[in-house]
Amino acid sequence: MGENLPLVWRKMPERYRLVGSKCLNCGRIYFPRRKICPHCRRKGKIVDIKMPEKGKIYSFSEVHSAPPGFENELPYFVAIVELQNGIKLFSMLADSPRNKIRIGAPVKMVFRKITENDGKGIIAYGYKFKVL
Amino acid sequence: MVGIVSYGAYIPRYRIKVSDIARVWGKDGEHVSQGLRVKEKAVAAIDEDSCTIAVETAKQALGRADIDPRNIGAIFVGSESKPFAVNPSASTVAEAIGAVPNVTGADLEFACKAGTAGMQAVYGMVKSKMIKYGMAIGADTAQGKPNDALEFTAASGGAAFIIGDQNVIAELEDTCSFSTDTPDFWRRAHQEFPEHGGRFTAEPAYYKHVIGAAEMLREKMGFDYDDFDHVVFHQPNGKFPLRAAKKLKIPFEKLSAGYISPVVGNTYSGNVPLALSAVLDIAKPGEKILVVSYGSGAGSDAFSFKVTPNIKKVRKAPFVKDFIEDKVYIDYAIYAKFRKKIKSI
Repeated sequence: MGENLPLVWRKMPERYRLVGSKCLNCGRIYFPRRKICPHCRRKGKIVDIKMPEKGKIYSFSEVHSAPPGFENELPYFVAIVELQNGIKLFSMLADSPRNKIRIGAPVKMVFRKITENDGKGIIAYGYKFKVL
Repeated sequence: MVGIVSYGAYIPRYRIKVSDIARVWGKDGEHVSQGLRVKEKAVAAIDEDSCTIAVETAKQALGRADIDPRNIGAIFVGSESKPFAVNPSASTVAEAIGAVPNVTGADLEFACKAGTAGMQAVYGMVKSKMIKYGMAIGADTAQGKPNDALEFTAASGGAAFIIGDQNVIAELEDTCSFSTDTPDFWRRAHQEFPEHGGRFTAEPAYYKHVIGAAEMLREKMGFDYDDFDHVVFHQPNGKFPLRAAKKLKIPFEKLSAGYISPVVGNTYSGNVPLALSAVLDIAKPGEKILVVSYGSGAGSDAFSFKVTPNIKKVRKAPFVKDFIEDKVYIDYAIYAKFRKKIKSI
């Protein structure tokens, strides 16, 4: 099953460049992007902000039963990555040998294919993280 | 002064040994490896393609120099393994580095020389003041048909160059091209793997055009090959560039810094760009570099570069040798999965 085309397009700033949001009223940073600050509500002023591309593994898991479209990559690792600014995001890990994947391991963003949408649809590119 | 302002290279982590490919097809691996002078080749992971490689090289190039991506006015991606037949990698690169929307670009194809064709295009645009900076990328996940001679060398990798007229690290002194209709290698529309003319790819194709372009530039600029400290010739294998150098009486020492195909393979449009990146990694101010690409079909682009003191400002890791050394060997089965040579995936 393929990803919805407008969704792939809408997510490009986040997936390609790790663009998140910052509220200029309270200073809070969000990823993925938000349209309003849930703390400041209508007083908030949300602007785009680029996230750092380096961080560390906060937690991880090895996947042996994949959702459709990811079967050929099994087994693979997913992780909650804590970026250098404290933001946590969920990501697949790429090119990372099992013996180097541990909580606290330093990682950096790489640009990879996320899903090919059955080989006919649009290719969804985006971030994965690689253990340094 | 117009020339290279920054550069970035990328080689995927995975390698397969030529001897492993030879074993599958019942050939003498040592004999094949020695004949081609290629020991192993770089293989893109299952989630990589020429577009992801192009983006990685573009980010490396931007990371080396303090350039606002919004000042990049053109992006050309040379590749013969585009993930889409229609839908440009150039716009994906532009979006991924934040160069959108005030940017033009296109994907170029001229077999193995599309990367250097892009360099010539952005050089002209910068020199004519049409744009402030331009980016030319050569990137490929080259495909060789199983049990074909090309399978031993067709590899993955690429490099990007930002061309501009400020803080130039390598002045592009002059360039010219030598092109004829010589169909030594091709891939028809909708075909998965390329075909080639066997030995026809050598004398009337590679050597005629590489030497023709080098001699054309020599006559145009009036140089002597001894004037150059480094020479980069396209490396479809490890043998051809050595023989081309011998024909022009250029000693191997001048080729050595960019002689990467024995341990990387032929990264097609990314081949000469990667080799030039390896030279820039170690080149000293004042040194001169002769570069001659080759693309089947057929043509060669020749360039004369002069390295400036600014090279020291962009000398930041990762270097090409770091990518070469950071490797994980895979066997033919994993290689077949990664490169989708298994028909059901």
